[in-house]
Amino acid sequence: MDHFPTSWGRPRNDAIDAYGTYPIAQRPYNGPKDAFSEGVQHTQQPIVTGTSVLAIKFKDGVMMAADNLASYGSLARFKDVQRLYPVGTHTVIGAGGDMSDFQYIQSMLDELMIDEFCAQDGHTLGPAEIHEYLAQVMYARRSKMNPLWNALLVGGVKDGKSFLAFVDLLGTTYTASTLATGYGAHIAQPLLRSAVETHEHELTEAQARQIIDDSMKVLFYRDARSINKYQVATITAAGSSISDSITLETTWDFAEGIRGYGAQTE
Amino acid sequence: MPGAPSQRQFNPYSENGGTILAIAGQDFSVIAGDTRQSEGYSIQTRYAPKVFRLTDRAVLAVNGFAADGNMFVKNVKQRLEWYRHAHAKDMPLRAIARLIQTMLYARRFFPYYVNNILGGIEEDGTGAVYSFDPVGSYEREACRAAGAASSLVQPFLDNQIYYKNQLAATGTAHPAHLPLPSVLAIVIDSFTSATERHIEVGDGLEIFVVLARGRSLQGLEGVKGMSELTTTDDGERVFVVRRELKKD
Amino acid sequence: MFRNTYDSDNTVFSPQGRLHQVEYALEAVKQGSAAVGLRSKTHSILLALKRSTGELASYQQKMFRIDDHIGIAIAGLTSDARVLSNFMRQQAMSSKMVFNRPVPVNRLVSTVADKAQVNTQEYGRRPYGVGFLVIGQDQSGPHLYEFSPSGNSYEYYAMSIGARSQSAKTYLEKHYESFADCNLEDLIRHGLHALRETLQQDKELNINNTSIGIVGPASEHENGVPPTGPFRILEGEKIDAFLGTMIAKETEAPAAAPAATGDEDVQMAE
Repeated sequence: MDHFPTSWGRPRNDAIDAYGTYPIAQRPYNGPKDAFSEGVQHTQQPIVTGTSVLAIKFKDGVMMAADNLASYGSLARFKDVQRLYPVGTHTVIGAGGDMSDFQYIQSMLDELMIDEFCAQDGHTLGPAEIHEYLAQVMYARRSKMNPLWNALLVGGVKDGKSFLAFVDLLGTTYTASTLATGYGAHIAQPLLRSAVETHEHELTEAQARQIIDDSMKVLFYRDARSINKYQVATITAAGSSISDSITLETTWDFAEGIRGYGAQTE
Repeated sequence: MPGAPSQRQFNPYSENGGTILAIAGQDFSVIAGDTRQSEGYSIQTRYAPKVFRLTDRAVLAVNGFAADGNMFVKNVKQRLEWYRHAHAKDMPLRAIARLIQTMLYARRFFPYYVNNILGGIEEDGTGAVYSFDPVGSYEREACRAAGAASSLVQPFLDNQIYYKNQLAATGTAHPAHLPLPSVLAIVIDSFTSATERHIEVGDGLEIFVVLARGRSLQGLEGVKGMSELTTTDDGERVFVVRRELKKD
Repeated sequence: MFRNTYDSDNTVFSPQGRLHQVEYALEAVKQGSAAVGLRSKTHSILLALKRSTGELASYQQKMFRIDDHIGIAIAGLTSDARVLSNFMRQQAMSSKMVFNRPVPVNRLVSTVADKAQVNTQEYGRRPYGVGFLVIGQDQSGPHLYEFSPSGNSYEYYAMSIGARSQSAKTYLEKHYESFADCNLEDLIRHGLHALRETLQQDKELNINNTSIGIVGPASEHENGVPPTGPFRILEGEKIDAFLGTMIAKETEAPAAAPAATGDEDVQMAE
């Protein structure tokens, strides 16, 4: 539907314009702009997806974690995918949602950081600038009804200030001392808040790591789209580092004792 | 239509809760908002400002879809910067109000999903509040509440500011304007009450006060959590009062 | 007037390897009234001499605010300056919109210089007829740059452009080593002394013909400046206190004008 009343034409004046040709030529056209537009499709749902990303602030910076799984629906399709990505020396982004969109975001940021590097003038993009850039990109894409289907966390340290913020496919942004995307926002975020809120400035790196490890374990037990293999990024004034994959030791003996489902009614 | 092909459509909007409110006084204006940002039952953050100082005499509160709100405020600020470049002064309040209506209506068919309340001081020195709907309809009012708990707060304001359903004592009339301390008390009560009864309201409260040129602080000096945002005292002055709200 | 053989188009070099149109544009800068810029460790400042066409007319605008942290003083065609300052304002706001970061001063100057360079190379264009002094502050402290219509830009400790700017330059060259540790008041006094050198014999700096632009913390003669020390332009009564700090000039012999350089393309005609 073309909503612009000026495009609806107007009653014909036979005295002047017997064939009603006016104002066809001048009329603004609001329909598709090219012959193939019918065939152009926009993302309507994510396909290969990553689940939660967690991040917290601690005394010296920011810690972030995400597991290595990319699912295809309920199929655990790719089990060695890195969902944390360093941008420059003092920023790490983590992504949930569509993994191909995330890879596109990575290449976009690579290009941006190369341009920035080539200026060679001592000015660099820190986590706050990268987050603002991503928010603009995500909001612009949602406004074209062609979103990048992700929820992203951006964490980093610049000029002695630690920074942690969220942005998603709608362009919604916020900052907090603890953040979690996807299922983690429901399951891990309450744990993170009770462990971190009000003592962001006292937590040591080791304590932060313990909180992250505990939360990732809970998520693995509760989130059916997760895997017991994850990486942890630590960003401090000294720079960022992303750990090798860590495999969680888990036990399922307790499942034997569970009664009440399916065939095990006794 | 049964059998017709359908496609799940991407929904470009969300609702992020929270409430804003503004009250105009004789020579001041108070604009306030809570700082919680939520989606559904999840609190996204306990501190996301919804009230923004635009100039030394204009403050804008934005509530609804947070991404639209932030982008809208950013755009308004850039338009005001161009005005400053062209005219070497800040845009008057009533002009900002009309600018906001034009900007909102320009997106009539893909609206900014936000309710705006603009408060500040007019060129004649009076306190003013303008309220807007998402597509730009606006009017100047004495007070307005908007957002998640507007249906709780607005009736309270109707009673306390407009004296609806109140009779003045015989031989007296209701005052046309309330003094600043009374207005601040009403604002704080509005938000503590909304926090009690609405799950999307809480965490923190930011109250902006704009004072007309050359006025005394009118009791604002004793208010706890107050700080001044303006650096000169020869023009309008902007203050902010920050308070905690319940976090449950 | 004089005429050159190779000056009808700026895409054509003269046999001496020069672009005459570009050099004429540099002449346009020298026609404009002078502007002076200085830098200390804490401040960058601009001073400019405003002309008026007569008793009945207002004084021209010599300074433009680009953003909170950047301002410019111009010499040359004011209308070209308006176009370029608008472009710089757009750049500054785009940086705020996309990265929420004030544009780094050197990047802004390079961008506008690149824009000017295009006009020295493409057919059917003319170079801008205006030069700037740009002051600004960013993470790396206060800065002073010169932009010229040839597409060049350089950073300076102190610089002057416009009519009789050579006299100001002579003053600045004599004193620049002390600028780094100057407080704002002394820096402005040096600036006023330099600007004074560009005046005609019988003229003086006064509150009507002088503009001062500052980035950096407030002076003792200013009030109401935010602690970040954003760019501000002082004019009229506000500069009275600064003019009062000037030390009267001893009457001395005016410096000899530099000898004109040889120019084989130019056929001078009286």
